Amino acid sequence: MIEILISIFVLIGGFFSLLGSIGILRLKDVYGRIHAATKSATLGVVATITGTFLYFLIIDGEFSGNILLTILFVFMTAPVAAHIISRSAHRTGIKLWEQSTVDELVDTYPEKERQLHQQAEKTERS
Amino acid sequence: MAFQILLNLLIAVVWMALQNSYTPVDFLFGYVVGIFVLLILRTVLRFDFYMRRVYAVFKLFLLFSKELIMANIDMIRIVLSPKLTNKPGIVAVPTRLSSDWEVTLLASLISLTPGTLSMDFSEDGRTIYIHNIDVPNREEMIKDIQDKFEKAILEVTR
Repeated sequence: MIEILISIFVLIGGFFSLLGSIGILRLKDVYGRIHAATKSATLGVVATITGTFLYFLIIDGEFSGNILLTILFVFMTAPVAAHIISRSAHRTGIKLWEQSTVDELVDTYPEKERQLHQQAEKTERS
Repeated sequence: MAFQILLNLLIAVVWMALQNSYTPVDFLFGYVVGIFVLLILRTVLRFDFYMRRVYAVFKLFLLFSKELIMANIDMIRIVLSPKLTNKPGIVAVPTRLSSDWEVTLLASLISLTPGTLSMDFSEDGRTIYIHNIDVPNREEMIKDIQDKFEKAILEVTR
């Protein structure tokens, strides 16, 4: 019985990791891919690690705190990495996907960096 | 608040000494006794009981877990739809939170829920620029983010 529960956790984790990979392939721009890579992975990691933790706790009867710490470290590092990658991508003038509706961030940039965005759009059109 | 936690730990240690057995279970029991002692003292000394904050943290955690699962289901729908019809966009979201610590927590929680990604802050740290994978309605999205996490974070810190 408990093995079925653990299997469900691990399978959910695998499913969300797979979904993240599909997202990386299908979404068109850097920002969408960051979404896919970091977000589906968070639930994937949490589910897989919960399954592993339950396995060691119930089957081996061993409380392994360092497995739980993995969740904490993933949750602490993933947003920072996503933030820095997307921020630097946008600052160096990488365009958003055509279907994007609003971009309120580019208006706040100083003149020099805004030009970088306009240049990138021109080269895209030509 | 730090004083209360220290007092609570002290009560737990005294409890262990009174029982003359130093096991984790005794410590835990002493801690629970300490919580009750503080609960009674609160009416006399008029301080803000710190377990209220612990409860608020717990509520924030539950809210975050719920959002994580709901947003992941949204993400499944977007990624697996045969044609990509989502409309991404970067939206400026003003926030009521003031200290650096609160804004950092809010930005991290926004980044961790799928579909939203905090990209940049304004100079004064009062506005977060959020990239959203699907923005059908700008005002609705801003209200959504403010309602969801801001209130829960304010309960923890104030």
